[in-house]
Amino acid sequence: MSQVVIDGAAPPAAPVQAKVETPLRRFVSEFCESKIALFGLVVITTIALIAIFAPWIAPQNPYDLAQLDIMDGRMEPGTVGGAGFTYWLGTDDQGRDMMSGIMYGLRISLTVGAGSALVACIIGASLGLLAAYVGGRTDTVIMRLVDLQLSFPSILVALMILAFLGKGVTNVVIALVIVEWAYYARTVRGTALVERRREYIEAAQCLALPTHRILFRHLLPNCLPPLIVIATMQVARAIALEATLSFLGLGVPITEPSLGLLIANGYEYMLSGKYWISFYPGIALLITIVSINLVGDQLRDVLNPRLKK
Amino acid sequence: MATPTLEVRNLRTHFFTRAGVVKAVDDVSFSIERGKVLGLVGESGSGKTVTGFSVLGLVDPPGRIVGGSILFQGRDLAKMSEAEMRDLRGNRIAMIFQDPMMTLNPVLRVDTQMIETVLAHKKVSREEARQRARDTLGMVGIPSPDERLKSYPHQFSGGMRQRVAIAIALLHEPDLIVADEPTTALDVTIQGQILAEVQKLASTTGTALIWITHDLSVVAGLADDIAVMYAGRIVEQGAVSEVLDAPLHPYTYGLIGSVPSRNKRGEPLRQIPGMTPSLLNIQPGCAFRTRCPRPTQACLVEPEIRELAPGRDVRCFHPMSEPAERAA
Amino acid sequence: MTVYLVRRLIQALFVVLAMSLIVFVGVYAIGDPVEILISPDADQIERERAVKALGLDLPLWEQYLVFLGNAVQGNLGRSFVFNEPALKLILQRMPATLELAFGATFLALLVGLPLGLYAGLRPNAQASKTIMAGSILGFSLPTFWVGLMLIMVFAVQLGWLPSTGRGETCSVLGFVGITSCSSGMQWSFLTWDGLAHMTMPTVNLALFKISLVIRLTRAGVRETMLMDYVKFARAKGLSPARVTFVHVFKNIMIPVVTVVGLELGSTIAFSVVTESVFAWPGMGKLIIDSINVLDRPVIVAYLMIIVLMFITINLVVDLTYSMLDPRVRLENKGT
Repeated sequence: MSQVVIDGAAPPAAPVQAKVETPLRRFVSEFCESKIALFGLVVITTIALIAIFAPWIAPQNPYDLAQLDIMDGRMEPGTVGGAGFTYWLGTDDQGRDMMSGIMYGLRISLTVGAGSALVACIIGASLGLLAAYVGGRTDTVIMRLVDLQLSFPSILVALMILAFLGKGVTNVVIALVIVEWAYYARTVRGTALVERRREYIEAAQCLALPTHRILFRHLLPNCLPPLIVIATMQVARAIALEATLSFLGLGVPITEPSLGLLIANGYEYMLSGKYWISFYPGIALLITIVSINLVGDQLRDVLNPRLKK
Repeated sequence: MATPTLEVRNLRTHFFTRAGVVKAVDDVSFSIERGKVLGLVGESGSGKTVTGFSVLGLVDPPGRIVGGSILFQGRDLAKMSEAEMRDLRGNRIAMIFQDPMMTLNPVLRVDTQMIETVLAHKKVSREEARQRARDTLGMVGIPSPDERLKSYPHQFSGGMRQRVAIAIALLHEPDLIVADEPTTALDVTIQGQILAEVQKLASTTGTALIWITHDLSVVAGLADDIAVMYAGRIVEQGAVSEVLDAPLHPYTYGLIGSVPSRNKRGEPLRQIPGMTPSLLNIQPGCAFRTRCPRPTQACLVEPEIRELAPGRDVRCFHPMSEPAERAA
Repeated sequence: MTVYLVRRLIQALFVVLAMSLIVFVGVYAIGDPVEILISPDADQIERERAVKALGLDLPLWEQYLVFLGNAVQGNLGRSFVFNEPALKLILQRMPATLELAFGATFLALLVGLPLGLYAGLRPNAQASKTIMAGSILGFSLPTFWVGLMLIMVFAVQLGWLPSTGRGETCSVLGFVGITSCSSGMQWSFLTWDGLAHMTMPTVNLALFKISLVIRLTRAGVRETMLMDYVKFARAKGLSPARVTFVHVFKNIMIPVVTVVGLELGSTIAFSVVTESVFAWPGMGKLIIDSINVLDRPVIVAYLMIIVLMFITINLVVDLTYSMLDPRVRLENKGT
C-alpha cells in the first residue's frame, strides 16, 4: 500500500455512539424500512396460522364426505346451505364449502411447499458446503449434477419424475426436492468458496477441528444470508409448482384437494360463469405467494452487501 | 495576473444519506493557473475525489453541491445547466480515474470509446475523428495505434489502459484535467513514465492539472502547489517546496513524517495515531483535534483558514512553525 | 472455435445418451402399460399378442437397445394410443408450441426491456416502484390461474377473444429433411383468426418472462450505473442517451440475452400449463395427456426432443454470448 496509510492502531478517541447497533438490530430495522415487506410478513404469518388451525376454525371438514351435501353443489357465494351456515365463498360441484376447502387446501400447499423446501435445503446446502470445502473431484461431480439439473426447467423435471413415479403427495414432494436442491447447492457453494479462504476457517483448521464442525459451525453460519433469501423464494416456488402440478392432474389426490386442484375443479364451470370455484382458491394462492415473495425480496435487498453503499 | 484556469471558492458538497448528512467537501477553496499542477493530498475519505467530481459536475445523488462557486475561466460551473456542463466535460475539462481496469467499457472497442468522445464535441467526420484518436494514442506512447484502436480494453495491460484513458482525456486538448489517483493502481516504473509524460504535457500545452493523490512523493516530484485535505476541508496549502519543507499544520507534518525515505532509514516512521473521523458525526471544533499531538482548549472551536504568509494558508490555531520565524 | 464446437457437440452427445437412458429406464421400468392399454376383458391370448406387438416381452436392456437403434434412425416408437409414430405426433404439434414460445419471448422483451430500463435508471420514482411491485406480482401469479382468469374476463364476460384452440391455421412447408413432417407445418400467427386465438395464451405464457426481463434489466442497469466506466463516459461529455443506450445497454444485454435465451427452453416446457388451460394443441398438451394414459413412446420421444432442443438452445446462447462479450474467448476454452 501507499506510504501515508495510517495504521489504525488503538483508536483512543473513536467517536462515541449513543446506541450500539448490533447486526441483528440493524437487520430488523432495515427490513422494517419497507412497509410493504412488513405487510407481507404479517399476511404470510396470518395465512400460516389459518392453515395450522384450519380444523378448528373452518366451518366444515371438506375432506369428510359425510359432511358434504351434493344438493349444496355450485352455490353462489353468500348462500345459506342445507347444513345451516353461510357459504361465504360459495361451494364447488360436490357441495364443498369453498372457504373450508381453501383453509384445508392451504394446509396441504404450505406443508408441501415448506416441507420440500426444508428437505431440499438440507440436502442442497450440505452438498454445496461439501463441494466448496473439499473441492477437487467431489466439487466437480456435485456441480456437474447441479448444472445438469438447472439446465432443465423445474416443471419439466417434475413432470418427468411424476411420469416415472406416478401421482401422490409424497411423489410431489420428492419431485419438488429433486427440482430444488440444486439451487441451494449452487448458492451455498458460491458463498462458501469465498468464505473458505477467510482466516477464521484457516484458524479452525489449525485447531484441527473435525471437518463436520468446521463445515456446520464455522462455514455454514457465514453462508446463511444468501441461503435464507433463496429458501424464502424457493418456498414460494414450491407452492406454485405444487399447485401447477395438481392443476395438471399430476399432484395430490382428488379426495384431499390442495389449492391447485380446487382451481382445476372449477375449470369446467368457468365457461358457464361460475367463477368462484376457481377464483377464490386462486386468490388465496396468489396472496400466499406474493407475500412470501415480498418478504424474500426485501430480505435480499437487506442481506445483499453489493447494493449497500 | 491573468484569470486562473480554475478558482474554487468555499465549495460545499454534501451527501444526504439515510444515516445523516455527510459533509464530504466542506468550505474548500483553491485556485490553479494555466500550465500549473496542483496536488490535492489526503487520506481515503478526506473528500478529495468528491472535490474532483464536483468540478466536473458528476456528483450523484444523494450528494449535491450545496454552496460555493467553481469558477472555470471566469464562469461558475456550479450554476451551469447540465447541457452546458456536458459541453465542457471531456472537452475543456477532462478527468482521469483511479482504476484503469474499470474506466474503459469492457464491451466496446477502444476506437468506439475514443471516436464517440471526439464526436461528442466536434462536428467532424468519423474518419477525421478516428485520425484524431490515432494521433492521440501515439502521443501518449502507445505503439501501433492503428491496431490498438481495434482492440477491446481487456487486451491491454493496466498501464496501457491508463494511457488510453489519458489519451481520451487529451482528445480535445482540455484546459483543465482532474486526475484522480491515476497512477496508484500501476507499477512504479509505469507510474514514473506516465508522470513524466503528464508533466511534459502540462508545460507544453498550458493545461492546468489537479492531481488527486494520497502519495506525497508523487506530489513532490510533479506539482507546483499543494493542498492538503482532511475530513472534507483543506487544512493547509501553498507551494510544494514550502509546504513539504516547512509544514505548518500538524497533520501535514505527520503525513510527511510517515513517508519512508532514504535518509531516514533505520529510524522508526512517525505515525499519526487513530483514524480519519467518520464524516457523518464530525464533532464541533478542529477535526484533527483527536489525533493531534498538541491540542488545546482553543481547538474545541473550528479554526478558520488563514494566510500566514503570501500563498501559505493553514487551518490551525497552533501552526508547527511560523514561516516568518523560519525566514529570520 | 472449431475445437470448441466439436467439444461441445461431443459433450452434447453424451448428455443425450445419458438422458435417453434415464428417460427410458424411468418410463419403462415404472408403471405397467399392459394394464392400461389392453382392455381388461381381453383373454390371455389377446394380451400376449398385444404384448408381443408392442415388444414389451423383451428384457429391459434389449428394449433399450432396440429403442436406441430405432432412435438413431428417427424412429422413437409408435404411440400406444394413436398408433402413429411418436416422433410424427410430436413434430406435428411442435409448430403450435414454438409459435407460442417465441411469441411469448418476443412479448417479454418488448415490454420488459423498456420497463426494466426505466426502473433501473430512476429507482426512486413512483412509477418504478409500481413496475417492481407489478413484477413481483408477475412472478407470483400462478400461470394456470391467470390463464383461467383471462378466459373468464376476455372470453366469457367480454367475449372479445376465443378461449380455446388454435383457430384458422396457415400451412407453410416444413423442414425438408424430416420426412415424417412433409405435410407442412400449420401456423396460427399467419391468419387473423389464428392471431386472435394466440393472444391470450401468448400473454399468459409471457407474464412470467416479462417480470424476469424487468428484474434482470433493472438489476443490470443499477449495477452498471455504479461502474467507473459509466462515470467516465459521462466525464467524456457524452449525452445521457448515448451513455444509457450504448454504454449501459450493451453491458446489460449480455445477461439479458443469456437468460432469455436459456429461458426459451423453459418457456417451451412451461407451455405445458398454458396449452392445458387454453386447449392449445401443442407438444405440451400431448405430453400431459400421454402421461395420464402412460403412453410411454410419446413420453420418451417428447423428452428426447426436448433434450435436443435444450442442447441446441444452450449452444446457440453460448455462441451469442461470446459474440456479445469480447472478454469471453471461446478458443481458450476449447484448448
